[in-house]
Amino acid sequence: MNRMNPTVNGAGIELSRRQVLIGTAGTAVTAVFAKVDDARAAADTKAAAPSPPDSQVNLVVNGERVALNVDNRTTLLDVLRERLHLTGTKKGCDHGQCGACTVIVEGRRINACLTLAVMHEGDSITTIEGLGTPGNLHPLQSSFIKHDGYQCGYCTPGQICSAVAMLEEIKADIPSHASGDLEAKSTVTVAEIRERMSGNICRCGAYSNIVDAIQEVAGGEA
Amino acid sequence: MKSFTYERATSVQQAVDAAASHPGSRFIAGGTNLLDLMKLEIETPPHLIDVNGLALDKISSTEDGGIRIGALMRNTDLAAAPEVRRDYAVLSRALLAGASGQLRNKATTAGNLLQRTRCAYFYDPDQPCNKRRPGAGCSAIGGASRQQAIIGVSDACIASHPSDMAVAMQALDARVETLNPEGQTRTIALADLYTAPGTTPNIENTLGNAELITAVTLPKPVGGKHIYYKVRDRASYAFALVSVAAIVLPDQTGRVALGGVAYKPWRSEEAEAHLPDGAKAVAERLLADAHPTAQNAFKIKLAERTIGLALSSAS
Repeated sequence: MNRMNPTVNGAGIELSRRQVLIGTAGTAVTAVFAKVDDARAAADTKAAAPSPPDSQVNLVVNGERVALNVDNRTTLLDVLRERLHLTGTKKGCDHGQCGACTVIVEGRRINACLTLAVMHEGDSITTIEGLGTPGNLHPLQSSFIKHDGYQCGYCTPGQICSAVAMLEEIKADIPSHASGDLEAKSTVTVAEIRERMSGNICRCGAYSNIVDAIQEVAGGEA
Repeated sequence: MKSFTYERATSVQQAVDAAASHPGSRFIAGGTNLLDLMKLEIETPPHLIDVNGLALDKISSTEDGGIRIGALMRNTDLAAAPEVRRDYAVLSRALLAGASGQLRNKATTAGNLLQRTRCAYFYDPDQPCNKRRPGAGCSAIGGASRQQAIIGVSDACIASHPSDMAVAMQALDARVETLNPEGQTRTIALADLYTAPGTTPNIENTLGNAELITAVTLPKPVGGKHIYYKVRDRASYAFALVSVAAIVLPDQTGRVALGGVAYKPWRSEEAEAHLPDGAKAVAERLLADAHPTAQNAFKIKLAERTIGLALSSAS
């Protein structure tokens, strides 16, 4: 799809400079440098194009404070991936339809592609990188591995972040479309998991294993 | 996405003042529909006013025994509120039938009411659409129209309103409260919020320039059995082909509103008067003026049967 949010930090030049600083020894780097200088010179001669409106925003991402200046158009998803290089959170449809970009903001799962970074001043954000590490996996990460809850794995970070927050929603007694009695306490059943996870699409079709993985963790907690 | 300036509103009045002084600006709350449309450059506001910081996210009681729902209350919280689950169950059911967990966590009460149609042609900037570009023509008429409206349509537009929440609110006689830049408040019956497409499908509601929805009120509970049935192409996370919000009282009177069939939730008191006579009698009157396409004429029978299912499950 060619309608994706172009880039993100309001200054492709800044990103290029960082790439230059990362690898000062390479000859390719010199070429990049020259290209940047050319671009800058061209911009100076035009002199008119103002930079797009930007804003300062402070986030707490996986427990770490970050302060960023972002083009107002930047989605939370693009900040995570392109600015903070937390590429575990995936860009699938970029329109809130697939759930690959699911992260947990202030304890709630949301689509990171359908929210602007500037709308999250001071917010705490948990991505898949903040849930567990290779040596210390979150129980749901372990369970997805045990139950083979994926094939290509692209939707998996979103599935796991979604599942973590979804189980909290059940504990907080938030009802669902699958709940028979609205006033009864919510329970973890296969029907509830399927309904509550419907915002996360798996095109490989690993759904039955995903449900098994979630159910095992939910059963352990209940 | 076109670039825009951004501000966080500090009060409700300041928000509407800011909107008045920035022509073409938009309020942004959940953003789940607006940002989607901005990415496609169907919406291109030069200025965004973020209203999320305004304290409009609670339910309170009204003097007449009803409730006032803050405009910024998230769909998840409204569906889970104990008083809604107990007294206005049709509203909880409708909210839970809509969107996904992630979207309900962001989407707000007012934003849900003002979301735009999901007509595929409206969403495709390469196709003519009178709602996007007045006078361009309607691609849905004569095009793929299975999902489109069957009543209240015009020669210019057959788009349907996508909200489930609004259908339940219509059955509950909801009213919308607003504030404008002159500091005036007003109350609009939900039935009067949406305007028929006519020759100007680009105009979708009766809100004035820079007018902000601050709350939705529901009258005191009417009791009865509350049912929301939604028929769609997959079991979850899809827009309605037809939905029915029904409240059935012990004497078999009640209320019925239809979703997925018009530019707004469709309800008529004349049709409701025939509830004791059964679904066919209700549906015939409710959809007497339907003008479906060949592709969506099935919605008439589907509506009748879905009303029938609602009535039989209430008895």
